[in-house]
Amino acid sequence: MDGGAILETLRARFGAALTDTHAQHGDHTAVVDRGAIVDVLKFCRDDAHLGFDMLSDLTAVDYLKYPGREDGPRFEVVYHLYSVPHNHRVRLKVRVDEDDPVVPTAVPVWPIANWLEREVWDMFGIRFDGHPDPRRLLMYEEFVGHALRKDYPINRRQPLIGPRT
Amino acid sequence: MAETTRREIMLGEGAGTGASQDIKLGMGPAHPAMHGIIRIVADLDGETIRKADVEIGYLHRAFEKDCEVGGWNNAIPYTDRLNYVSPLINNFAYASAVEKLLGIDVTERCKYIRTIMSEISRVCDHLTCVGASSMELGAFTVFLYMIKAREFLWELVEDVTGARLTISYGRVGGVKADLPEGFEAKVRKAFKETREVLAEVHRLLTGNRIFMDRMVGVGALSREETIAYGITGPLLRAVGVAYDVRTAAPHWAYDRVEFEVVTQKDGDNYARYLVRMAEMEQSMRIAEEALARMPVGPINVDFEGRPIDPAAYVDQGKQGKTEGLLLLPIRLSPNLEGQNKREYDQVNTGDKRVVLPPKETTYGSIEGLMNHFMLIMEGYGIRPPAGEAYFAAEGANGELGFYVVSDGGDRPYRVRCRPPCLPPMAALHRMIEGEMVADLIPTFGSVNMIGGELDR
Amino acid sequence: MGVGSFFTSKLDEAIGWARKYSIFQYPFVTACCGMEYMATACSHYDVDRFGAGLPRFSPRQADVLFVVGTISHKMAPVLKRIYDQMTEPKWVVAFGVCTCTGGFYDNYATVQGIDTIIPVDVYIPGCPPRPESVLDGLMKLQDKIAVGAQRY
Repeated sequence: MDGGAILETLRARFGAALTDTHAQHGDHTAVVDRGAIVDVLKFCRDDAHLGFDMLSDLTAVDYLKYPGREDGPRFEVVYHLYSVPHNHRVRLKVRVDEDDPVVPTAVPVWPIANWLEREVWDMFGIRFDGHPDPRRLLMYEEFVGHALRKDYPINRRQPLIGPRT
Repeated sequence: MAETTRREIMLGEGAGTGASQDIKLGMGPAHPAMHGIIRIVADLDGETIRKADVEIGYLHRAFEKDCEVGGWNNAIPYTDRLNYVSPLINNFAYASAVEKLLGIDVTERCKYIRTIMSEISRVCDHLTCVGASSMELGAFTVFLYMIKAREFLWELVEDVTGARLTISYGRVGGVKADLPEGFEAKVRKAFKETREVLAEVHRLLTGNRIFMDRMVGVGALSREETIAYGITGPLLRAVGVAYDVRTAAPHWAYDRVEFEVVTQKDGDNYARYLVRMAEMEQSMRIAEEALARMPVGPINVDFEGRPIDPAAYVDQGKQGKTEGLLLLPIRLSPNLEGQNKREYDQVNTGDKRVVLPPKETTYGSIEGLMNHFMLIMEGYGIRPPAGEAYFAAEGANGELGFYVVSDGGDRPYRVRCRPPCLPPMAALHRMIEGEMVADLIPTFGSVNMIGGELDR
Repeated sequence: MGVGSFFTSKLDEAIGWARKYSIFQYPFVTACCGMEYMATACSHYDVDRFGAGLPRFSPRQADVLFVVGTISHKMAPVLKRIYDQMTEPKWVVAFGVCTCTGGFYDNYATVQGIDTIIPVDVYIPGCPPRPESVLDGLMKLQDKIAVGAQRY
């Protein structure tokens, strides 16, 4: 299916929940409302024409220092979906505010979202509502702060942790 | 509470009552299976693993944050160290992602070079994976043979890039240097030796009763679960899904060479081993075919005019004595010391916003110097337009994706690497549940976890 | 000086000679340097000819700790514990520039040199060091072992 047709299908089904769509460099993207994201993901997976059976990547971007977006919502959670039978891709995004960084979890849709969401929590501090195991993935538990945020300086040193039992 | 028997005091709670207690086995971060550092805490019932918790992050080196610090080409050495057994694929995938953002296309010869070097890297990766996992099963000879074969391939890589492992060869807009002379003959020789090693390993392992007993039926994952976990690469092909990014979304020169996508049906460790062994042969086939088809053969420059030592040429330009320098046909070494302008243009796009001009132009003309300056100085440099792009290449472990976001400046705003070995590690606890402790070793080996890629 | 100290110094030399040619390493391999470690240990650049070819995968049985590859802050306590579990005499080799000084990972996640945590005897720089460098470092370590120089 062509990327434009994918976005059309989504728009036809979800209408108002898709706040923005664009296509750039051959990638098709849709910005989705936070409340509707799990339904959109489920539809992408289950619909026969879309057939997105693989969650390729789940990540986030911090737009704090992006010229032109300083007053918009700070974070964007990005989902890259891929369909093995149809060989097409789509990108879905959810805009998240800094004061309320919560997104409903995608773990019931794809089990890989478990680790990917843990990493987003670890690196950005975005919580996933309903996640079964909200621990940090890459840093140690005693680490203070969220490393990939733009206001975390790269070479801030934290106290060393001692041996764990 | 029942009174504690003497046996219980000596041996612990519940001893001698016929009850059983689960053991928690910690396969700690530093363990002899030389693949990397992860921690597996398994709840054991005798020898069987009931539940396993996998903890990663022991090699987190802040790749994504480090990429935001320097320019776009500065991230290339960091990408080397992602999947450090096949670093060339990471370099080229990142460079291609940035090129997608810029909207530029590389030269034909560059595409072929990228294909050939990626395939050589892929063979190195599979050799290391199969070698190391066989060593853990006790087949130490296989490990030595495979590392021997890997040395031959590393000599090839060293000829082209100058380094064995962390090569920083790819650049946005091309590659660092053209292939050296006589490369094709060296490749044929190295592949001949590698094929002999593979044939030997086939004889040693593929029908081996002990090897098959340990690998067949172990660590299997169903097809639905493999896809639900987002697993790609040899593990997905071992369950029968013929998804390979090289055929699904052909990039570089993969649509011009013929190769098979190898699949197996069972999805257990033995199937993954067979897939990897067959893929090595396919990779060598791709590299040989690409070498045969490469456009424009090596240049043999006969220079007339005054022969001048390349170092003296560069010195003269630095001193400002540039009259007539551009007219002198000289031949700089194609790899390490400089670039013959003709060869340089064959492997790097002519796009001035991205690629450094060849040294003859930089030192020989004011436009070249300005171009060089604008690309190197801070605040200038490669400036892709604001936007984002996702590029997926077929890494040795599966779909290696780079998602780059640009704000129009000279530094990357966000670089995200989609690690192909994260999904299998997330699914590892499913693969080993119900298996015995000793089955954990070949399963973990066949997943081919590379710490640099997993933890970034 | 007398006959007695002649014998003890010869004995020391003999012990030093025996120790330096029978190195039991604990390869604490984390990252890319591990590939060069494998290359050094295997047939092409054979480290077995120096007597160091048998890695002991338990710190209690090893005398040289090869710290190979980047150590992150999450891994540092584990390294310290492994070092503490080794029995004297023990030596530490910092293999690769990430262990010497942190390498080019000057960030929140990397230990800027393992000598901030444990004492190091030989530093082998390189990213990753060529096997020839490793063998050179190993020979320097052997010189240290022969005279019984320790850094605890």
